[in-house]
Amino acid sequence: MRTLWGFALLLRAGALVAQTPSGDEVLRRVDQNMFAESRIVVSLMIIHGRRETRTVESKSWQRGTTDAYTEYLAPAREKGTKMLKLGDDLWTYDPGTDRTIMISGSMLRQSVMGSDLSYEDMMEDPRLAHSYTAAVTGTETVDGRSCWVVSLTAKVEGLAYETRRLWVDAERFVPLREDLYAKSGRLLKTIHLSEVREVQGRWVPVHALYRDVLKEGAGTEFVIESVAFDAALPGYLFSKAALRK
Amino acid sequence: MIRFLLKGLLRDRSRSLFPVLIVAAGVMLTVFLFAWMRGVEASVLQSTAHFTSGYLRVTTRAYAAEADQQPNDLALLGADSLLAALRQGESDLLWTPRITFGGLLDVPDAHGETRAQAPVAGLGVDLLSPGSPEPAMLRLAAALVRGRLPARRGEILISDELARRLDVRPGQVATLIGSTMSGAMALANFTVVGTVRFGVGPMDHGAMIADVADVQSALDMENGAAAILGFFRDDLYHERQADSAAARFNAAHRSADPYAPVMETLREASGLSDLLDYITAVLDALIGFFVLAMSIVLWNAGLMGSLRRYGEIGVRLAVGEDQGHIYRAMLVESVAIGLVGSLLGTAIGLGAAWFLQIHGINVRSLLRDNTMMMEDVLRARVTLGAALIGFVPGLLATVLGAGISGIGIYRRQTSQLFKELEA
Repeated sequence: MRTLWGFALLLRAGALVAQTPSGDEVLRRVDQNMFAESRIVVSLMIIHGRRETRTVESKSWQRGTTDAYTEYLAPAREKGTKMLKLGDDLWTYDPGTDRTIMISGSMLRQSVMGSDLSYEDMMEDPRLAHSYTAAVTGTETVDGRSCWVVSLTAKVEGLAYETRRLWVDAERFVPLREDLYAKSGRLLKTIHLSEVREVQGRWVPVHALYRDVLKEGAGTEFVIESVAFDAALPGYLFSKAALRK
Repeated sequence: MIRFLLKGLLRDRSRSLFPVLIVAAGVMLTVFLFAWMRGVEASVLQSTAHFTSGYLRVTTRAYAAEADQQPNDLALLGADSLLAALRQGESDLLWTPRITFGGLLDVPDAHGETRAQAPVAGLGVDLLSPGSPEPAMLRLAAALVRGRLPARRGEILISDELARRLDVRPGQVATLIGSTMSGAMALANFTVVGTVRFGVGPMDHGAMIADVADVQSALDMENGAAAILGFFRDDLYHERQADSAAARFNAAHRSADPYAPVMETLREASGLSDLLDYITAVLDALIGFFVLAMSIVLWNAGLMGSLRRYGEIGVRLAVGEDQGHIYRAMLVESVAIGLVGSLLGTAIGLGAAWFLQIHGINVRSLLRDNTMMMEDVLRARVTLGAALIGFVPGLLATVLGAGISGIGIYRRQTSQLFKELEA
């Protein structure tokens, strides 16, 4: 009888191993769900600073995973500020000075609008499989959803985060939580994604809470007000000339 | 009696010359080193006060805790009303708002693209208000190398070294890239109207000086200031007065609110406390060492003199002179030697210090990576304290030396004197 129980347990464990996808498979499914040829996103960034909470509204046109054009709509001080990302280059345009400045070097580590996100975060390749090797290390529940826990280790030099832990919804393949670590193993940032909605056949978390754990404050909420996938994008947006228009 | 002893000293130079020279040399060294160290201390204090912390500094408690990071997100808000209250309540001092900030100065080419860029250490100071103490405090007119001082909003001064590095001439526009109070990127255009050289390494490397109102606008700090600085009207640091002003202010503003104002003295705000204690300890040790070393040398000189004057003292004892009288006479002699040596040493020491007060020593090459606010040309400082500091130890060392070496007089046995004299 005891042998039969042992055999049954072995079979069950074997079945679980067979069901567990590889890390690369999980990332591929995440990419498939999250990324499109183009996206137009209107979003709010609610920045909970040490002394005040500010809300910054922006509209972003994204082409593939490499190019993006963003215009800030509010508050008044930021209105008209634009950002352009073309591949590995990033520029910002300030209407007050009528200057277009390339953001590079140490400036990339600066906070975006005082939020918990840095320009470096904006510059990283969103397709994690390109930069990290992935391994599924277990299952956990996040916000009542069963998730694969995926450990990511950098496979290219110079990344802002050497390792990451990702909690991916096992059914919808949407990341629900992410912890980002430095080379030293120190936790740098946490991201909690929630309010997952279905948009054009894709599962989209419309609320994210970013926390730079090295900063004081209650983090930065990123709220997607509207998102459109595979929309036609005006080509002129993705040039430096568009910044001053 | 004293005249008799002085005549003896003058006529028998072997009794006076060596001790006088020893005392003079020791006193000269003490006076000179004291004046030099006080000069260096004053330079560090003044430069730190002018460019960093004032003699008193009011910030928020949270800012004070992280002041070395220039956390402008923790700056004082409602600075105008606090400034008015300080000017009324502590009217012995001059009060002025300051914003220190970091950033990049970006120089555009003809097409508006970045031609050159360099990090700057920014200082927002009250340049334009009538009667502002800042231009005089920072000695801007004397520091001006090219161009002119700012006369209206939007005009800045930058260090001459930075201007040369960026190839910027007065009249050109440059863009400050910094951070607003809330941490967002801030861009603001300024016209460089002049270049300055302060002779203070960290400022000369990459300083940018703008009117505080321009900096408030650029960094989104409406009616804000990183700090309100207080300066004594004679531009000297009066520690006791500073301590009592800070105690008064902090008692009146006791609060657990991290954004409540707190007043700190230069010693607390600048992190110079250890340095100031170190200078005081070195000067104390110097004077103590001088007294000890001089006493030993003069004791030795006294012993040698006693040996040489063995016969003379023997005769004086033999003819019935009291041992105490001879001992006192030697002490009076030592006072005379001490006075002459100390006067001579003080005069030479003060002369050398005065020379270095006027001319100074340029240590710029040694301070290449220095981050401390101190002038490149270090100068001695001749003060009343420097004039007095060597005098007492000079006199004390001579009397101590004579006192110790003279003890042997009491050991001479009168019964043995004639045998000794015969021998």
